[in-house]
Amino acid sequence: MTPRNSIKPSEITSESNCLDRRRFLQTAGMALAGAALTTRSTPVNAAAELTLKTVKGPFSTPEAPNSWEEITTYNNFYEFGTSKEDPSEYALDFVTTPWSVKVSGECNKPGTYTFEDIIRPHELEDRVYRHRCVEAWSMVIPWVGFPLADLVKRFEPNSNAKFVRFKTLFDPEQMPGQRRGVLDWPYVEGLTIAEAMNPLALMVVGIYGKTLPNQNGAPLRLVVPWKYGFKSIKSIVEIEFTESQPKTSWERSAPDEYGFYANVNPEVDHPRWSQAKERRIGGGLFAEKQVTLMFNGYGDEVASLYTGLNLRKHF
Amino acid sequence: MNQRTVRLLKIPVFLACLLPLCKLALEAFGIAGLSLGANPIEQLIHRCGLWGLIFLLVTLSVTPLRMLTGQNWLIRFRRMFGLFAFFYICLHFLVYSGLDQRFDFRAIGEDIVKRPYITLGITGLTLLIPLALTSTAAMMRRLGRRWLQLHRLVYVIPMLGVWHFYWQVKKDVSEPLLYAGILALLLGYRVVSAWRKKKRSASRREPMQASAMTRPRSLDKRAA
Repeated sequence: MTPRNSIKPSEITSESNCLDRRRFLQTAGMALAGAALTTRSTPVNAAAELTLKTVKGPFSTPEAPNSWEEITTYNNFYEFGTSKEDPSEYALDFVTTPWSVKVSGECNKPGTYTFEDIIRPHELEDRVYRHRCVEAWSMVIPWVGFPLADLVKRFEPNSNAKFVRFKTLFDPEQMPGQRRGVLDWPYVEGLTIAEAMNPLALMVVGIYGKTLPNQNGAPLRLVVPWKYGFKSIKSIVEIEFTESQPKTSWERSAPDEYGFYANVNPEVDHPRWSQAKERRIGGGLFAEKQVTLMFNGYGDEVASLYTGLNLRKHF
Repeated sequence: MNQRTVRLLKIPVFLACLLPLCKLALEAFGIAGLSLGANPIEQLIHRCGLWGLIFLLVTLSVTPLRMLTGQNWLIRFRRMFGLFAFFYICLHFLVYSGLDQRFDFRAIGEDIVKRPYITLGITGLTLLIPLALTSTAAMMRRLGRRWLQLHRLVYVIPMLGVWHFYWQVKKDVSEPLLYAGILALLLGYRVVSAWRKKKRSASRREPMQASAMTRPRSLDKRAA
């Protein structure tokens, strides 16, 4: 295993790729801070993160965000291993440029869009969201992204589009966790079209004003903060508009434990553990658990999506 | 290996059994760049439980090792390993109830009743208590044959431990299954050797071996 502070030549984004991405980001109106690529004192992946030009977005929580260290070294990304430290260790070599997203299904503008095509027209926002894992721990994360709704509108979904289905890359060579069948690969997630159009749903490209580290789902991921973290699919390569409800990966792996909606709900326990409280990461050895809020505290923005829906049945 | 050597050996072995605790303490206090990670309470609970399980398996491996190598002095360390298993499992429960649940006994009670994996865990820990309390030579003498019967619980308790582990894991059951496999080997060895002994004595009509009750006072007792 390559020691963390040495970088193989193959890991460094080739100069032409780097310059292309940099030129793109500049022409798209997002300038880089300083002339050099930013680097950090604790390199946890080889591709140096670029600084993004952002504006302050809505819906941010005033709570203090977790540290860069916590956010980038405590991850569930089974494609790179099932331990929390695995993704930051094994995603070092993950190549995220060039990247494209295949859009298909019930829409008028299907096609293969490059990462640059995807983000070019959008203004990047800083949004500080709570992130609640189904395992009953949580963080506060300063994401950089743009509303999923704005992206969806560009593809012009038709009246048959009731759901949006997302897929993660399938590449066992780069993603060692995919060599084991711990989940059915590739990772699949989905939202109802109403959920996708909700202003909270974010297409995310960065954290702390910099591009996403590999272990956090580079280069493009979803964040739906009112749902358990496994709904916030990472490293997206496919977006499909479907008529029928997609069968999501965790639902398939344990249908009695993980549902399609997976809304954060302190009143509906996981079959094997309680969801009434959560452990906020960063509290140390003597921190108390926090009470979990309905919809992770985003009820004002999303509760109306579920009026009349039995949330115990549709967990 | 004579008595004196064994007694001397107990000191480094005892210290070695404390090493996992030392490492955890270093990590908990962030010494020498070590750390428990972003979720220290969970890490501490997990590691204490794991070492408890490991020491249970080490305890169970003494008899097979004795039988395979003929090194009977190994039995002199079995109690130490067993008590360390109890120690780490008590720590495991203490971190859970003190740091994770902050001694909210109502919540702990609820967990024990409502979460099957915790029911299993607390059962395992409870069953360990009489074993720890009767681990002394005096207790062995006092209980006689009943000591052997009681201490057969050591076959059941690791099963509860592995099952507790298996039900606690979210999805990747490879680690609990690994321990289940090792446990199966350690218990299977006893089953096979008992069966073979039965076959041999049935076919050769050997004189009965002296029972444990009539053996001179020593720690050389086999739990069947």
